[in-house]
Amino acid sequence: MHLQSGQVSPEYRRYIGRKSLFIVFLGLLVAVLIVVGVAVGAATLRLADVGRTLLGASLSPQTDAIIWRIRLPQALAAVIGGAALAAAGAVMQSVLRNPLGSPFTLGISHAAAFGAALAVMLLGSGRMSSTIVGAVTLSNPYLTTASAFIFCMITAWVIVGISRIRGATPEIMVLTGVALSALFSAGIMFLQFFADDVQLAAMVFWTFGDAARASWTEIAILALVTLASAIFFFSKRWDYNAIDAGDETAKGLGVRVERVRMQAMLVSSLLTAVTVAFLGVIGFVGLVCPHIVRRLIGGDHRFLLPATLLTGSALLLASDTIARIVLAPHVLPVSVLTAFTGAPVFIYLILRGYRR
Amino acid sequence: MILDVIGVEFRYDSRRILRDVRFALKAGELLAILGPNGVGKTTLLKCINANLKPAAGSVLVDGCDVLRMDAMDIARRVGYVAQRTEAARLTVFDAVLLGRRPHLGWRVSDQDLRLTGAAIERLSLGPLTMRSIDRLSGGELQKVAIARALVQEPRLLLLDEPTSSLDLRNQIDILKIIRQVVDQHEVAAAMTMHDLNKALRWADKFIFLKEGAVYAAGRSREVTSEMVAAVYGVPVEIHLHRGFPWIIPLEQNGSERN
Repeated sequence: MHLQSGQVSPEYRRYIGRKSLFIVFLGLLVAVLIVVGVAVGAATLRLADVGRTLLGASLSPQTDAIIWRIRLPQALAAVIGGAALAAAGAVMQSVLRNPLGSPFTLGISHAAAFGAALAVMLLGSGRMSSTIVGAVTLSNPYLTTASAFIFCMITAWVIVGISRIRGATPEIMVLTGVALSALFSAGIMFLQFFADDVQLAAMVFWTFGDAARASWTEIAILALVTLASAIFFFSKRWDYNAIDAGDETAKGLGVRVERVRMQAMLVSSLLTAVTVAFLGVIGFVGLVCPHIVRRLIGGDHRFLLPATLLTGSALLLASDTIARIVLAPHVLPVSVLTAFTGAPVFIYLILRGYRR
Repeated sequence: MILDVIGVEFRYDSRRILRDVRFALKAGELLAILGPNGVGKTTLLKCINANLKPAAGSVLVDGCDVLRMDAMDIARRVGYVAQRTEAARLTVFDAVLLGRRPHLGWRVSDQDLRLTGAAIERLSLGPLTMRSIDRLSGGELQKVAIARALVQEPRLLLLDEPTSSLDLRNQIDILKIIRQVVDQHEVAAAMTMHDLNKALRWADKFIFLKEGAVYAAGRSREVTSEMVAAVYGVPVEIHLHRGFPWIIPLEQNGSERN
């Protein structure tokens, strides 16, 4: 059939323009937050000095060291980690057509925590040692992260496998996630029960998500995985929009729904696994960010995906900065702060009848 | 012929849902697929757009076997309006634009936007263009779903109970639009329906499914009371009114009211 060509309402073009502008605004916000985040801390730096140093100037060896060795890696880890978790949450909510879908609710984060605890317990990767700031360090962080990563991927495979057998309906995936979370939580408790003081401290320390933990190499790995996943998700934006309209409609539009759903689950699990492995468990960012963005600019994935990524960055970076100054000189793990803000939002979603 | 359904058989596990279903549709024809609940009407529609894979037989759209076409190629030729559309947080315009997906490259072209605008006008949804579809009534949402199928620029339209859960005004609106689209755009359409009178009033042809097979088929005026009685197990009378058959159920013995 041939439709006659019609008019596009100028109102729609303005609407699209506004959404693009919103994304630009978020980008600027993240840039500003990076500068602020680098400036704020035990030794407060002047914003102008931070800006000049970031642009390549060298002011003093001390300032350089603080910025390049401590503050900037931490800020970038928060930016990239936040984006990764938010992207994983947005895509999981979309393909599962379930507003409660996120790495946290599907049990993937718990699996990582269990993997880390297991490494501490059986492989002896945890040992307490005192550093300048008095934190716990893991004697073999790579072994711990590897173990966490393996358990993430096992969980993702189990979720995907069960949905293969029983059909990838949103209910089945989320119920599987609930069961797995309970299982891994019980597993962690079991390990903690038999752990000695040192091991217990190491396990607990690991479950506190913290952006200060990642090295430059780890940040680079995280950035690469996040970038590749984001491009993959963005290339599927129309498929996610179609799935939002219902499986039957999506199939009628030529979307191979089951395949798209499986791939999205695997890629977002990988993204979660890498993030959790390097930064620890940081809850609620993946759950909350897509909801905030959906409320502000709607559910069109052409704009939802980039905006959610940037919101994730902004939220985690802001939380991380606040966590460093709120009880100064004590530094709170950022996951405590995200949980404090995220849990009420989660309850609000349930009360509101969790329409997406 | 736009659509040829040739001896389609479908099994779910070992249960046979459809057997040896055959019919054909030309451009400008609207077919009503009729029959009791659970007889396989929706299954038949899904076999036609290769959403389900028949155990035997084949479906040709424009002479091509749908099982040999890729999903995107089918979506460019066959528009499917599901019985239920989920209301996401999308504007009406974006929800209809989604129908261009089978034709889209990386970017949305101006042509895609103009066709979307045209389909929205066609369904008289103009004033709702910027409204979010989770704030639409059932009738409006159904129009969005039909507009979305139209921007696919299909040769064949499949509609699964397009009027269920709509009020009288909206039922007639939707059926009129379907009829006009079929007449004006040289497409063929097949819809499943429960309301026999409306189905026969708006469709050119009907098939009755009984126990998964085509029990009777014909032009709308050729329907007989025997067919309806055999398919639904309800005795009926058929009266012609203004040239259209009207089916009036007779109350059965024992269930008559005093």
